[in-house]
Amino acid sequence: MSSLTMRPCGDFRTSYKQDNTIFETKTIRWVAILSIIALCFAPLIVDGYFITLLIQISYLGIAALGLNILVGYTGQISLGHGAFFGFGAFASAWLSTSLQIPVFLSIPLAGFFTMGVGMMFGMPAARIKGLYLAIATLAAQFIIEDFFARADWFSGGSAGSMAEPLTLFGFAFDTDQSFYYVALFALVFMFIWGCNLMRSRDGRAFIAVRDHYLSAEIMGVSLNKYRLLSFGISSFYAGIGGALYAHYLGYVSAEGFTIFMSIQFLAMIIIGGLGSIKGTLMGVIFMVFLPEALEGIVGIMKMTDWGNIPMVVDGLAYIKEMAIGLVIIGFLIFEPEGLSHRWTQIKNYWKFYPFAY
Amino acid sequence: MNFELLTQLIVNGLIVGLLYGVIGMCFVLVYKSTQIVNFAQGEFLLIGAWVCWASLIYLELPFFVGFLLSLCFMAAFGVLLQMVVLRPMIGEPIISVIMVTIGLSIFFQALMKWIFGISPQSYPQVFENQSINIFGLNIEMAYLMSTVIALVIMLAFYFFFKHSKHGLAMRATAFDQQVAQSLGISVKQVFAMSWGIAATVSATAGVVIGMVNGVSDSLSIMGIKVFPAVILGGLDSIVGAIVGGITIGILENVAEFFDSQYLHVGNMYDIAPFYVLLIILWFKPYGLFGTKDIERI
Repeated sequence: MSSLTMRPCGDFRTSYKQDNTIFETKTIRWVAILSIIALCFAPLIVDGYFITLLIQISYLGIAALGLNILVGYTGQISLGHGAFFGFGAFASAWLSTSLQIPVFLSIPLAGFFTMGVGMMFGMPAARIKGLYLAIATLAAQFIIEDFFARADWFSGGSAGSMAEPLTLFGFAFDTDQSFYYVALFALVFMFIWGCNLMRSRDGRAFIAVRDHYLSAEIMGVSLNKYRLLSFGISSFYAGIGGALYAHYLGYVSAEGFTIFMSIQFLAMIIIGGLGSIKGTLMGVIFMVFLPEALEGIVGIMKMTDWGNIPMVVDGLAYIKEMAIGLVIIGFLIFEPEGLSHRWTQIKNYWKFYPFAY
Repeated sequence: MNFELLTQLIVNGLIVGLLYGVIGMCFVLVYKSTQIVNFAQGEFLLIGAWVCWASLIYLELPFFVGFLLSLCFMAAFGVLLQMVVLRPMIGEPIISVIMVTIGLSIFFQALMKWIFGISPQSYPQVFENQSINIFGLNIEMAYLMSTVIALVIMLAFYFFFKHSKHGLAMRATAFDQQVAQSLGISVKQVFAMSWGIAATVSATAGVVIGMVNGVSDSLSIMGIKVFPAVILGGLDSIVGAIVGGITIGILENVAEFFDSQYLHVGNMYDIAPFYVLLIILWFKPYGLFGTKDIERI
């Protein structure tokens, strides 16, 4: 990863440790740290609705990063990520209400539960790839979704289940402003973990499996182990994201975790850029703000003369869905490497400004 | 054990299974000749059925004229879709291609909901009597017609691929694109043709199913239900698609029967094929008739 970007002149690396840093340059590191600090003050500056969007970005971002580890780094396909996200949500709600486990423990536990389920469905994945895997995970999506609707003891069936708010040392994180800090902490923690994973031996093994699995196997990388591990890690991330979602909303119902959600996760990582951690976040931000932007456009159109067509105003939900489909197709045709690639190009353009060719 | 109900269900399963087989055949046709997995197969059914419905209701055409009109429309639509959206994707990694068809599926599903609404609409009456009695079994006329149409389509496929020049070109392209190209076959044309055929034949299936159950959004689920069928038969085998389709059609009805009589779990009709799908992938990762991928370094 680090070698892909342009470094300032004179910044030569002499050891592997230097070559493997999370941030390629000092500037990037300071920008990252300062932006996290700036985000900490966000509840003081922006209004409540924007905070809910930021929380949404956090939990979706965690789950999307998991999917990017699986799809972007390991080269496996999953169409069941939404179901795993839902499983994490239900598992955490179930653990905290039925078994009385404190919420700060039930969130990571839900992650591990989801990891177990993910690995169970990922088991055939160790043997198959590409297309057949896509279809196997599609089956997983439907089977898990069916399980949610049926297992009353676990998910509350069609009624859904309640999730308690997160409390830590007697302080309840039950408002948007306070939960925002939990979500931000989880996001930063999981992203740093993701970055570190990709710098480790296991991360390099994932990339080797993606780039050429036969060569990887000949080099001594165990295909079965790493494909399964990647599935497990990706479901773990989905589970954590789902658990945060459950404790944020306080209520989980089975309707949300459909195939459409899985596709939205895939759309996020494709728009952001496959195999890019920074890109994952960009994609999630794009996908969260896209419906908002459409709503804004329709709102502006309502003010003009031809905006009062009932078809447009009533069909907003469908327009949003169509926009998601169009965005996926558009990005794949015109910008297959995603926003993160475009970002690097823009940065390089300005870096070499007068001499760019 | 209620044998009468079971036989009725098996016959229903056979009829629906033949339709799955037809849809599966389109799916395999596209996959074999263009290496694209079409997740938007269900939307072909949906669009075809809605276009036919609109031509019957708004243009007030007689059924067979409207039906033919919608088939022509779908042929053009399939070719156009291939030219505009899928041609730029040639040579892209498999996940991109899958995602493009998924994007198409989302787009058209939402578009159809937007234009035609979400409530199911039924076709005007086509046959005089709704169902007939064969050997004590109640069979709906539309189902009988669907069986005939499915068999005709299968025969047409057989003759097309065995005895026509275009069919031969398509088989050659499926076998090896570069060799086919060097022999003067226009691969572009073959790609466009396979999408056109797939769209047309799927639309036929869509209209037939729409006649029985009414046209609604749920038609696009057929495109997903066809996956167990094609995986069972192997993704690149047309015979496998038919066998797989019939098996899945019977299986879901039998599963429904045992569920309603003994197990009482519910929802088996929709979910049983996916369990079977997972089990097959576990033991035979390339399906029953699929060719095993052998890679050389």
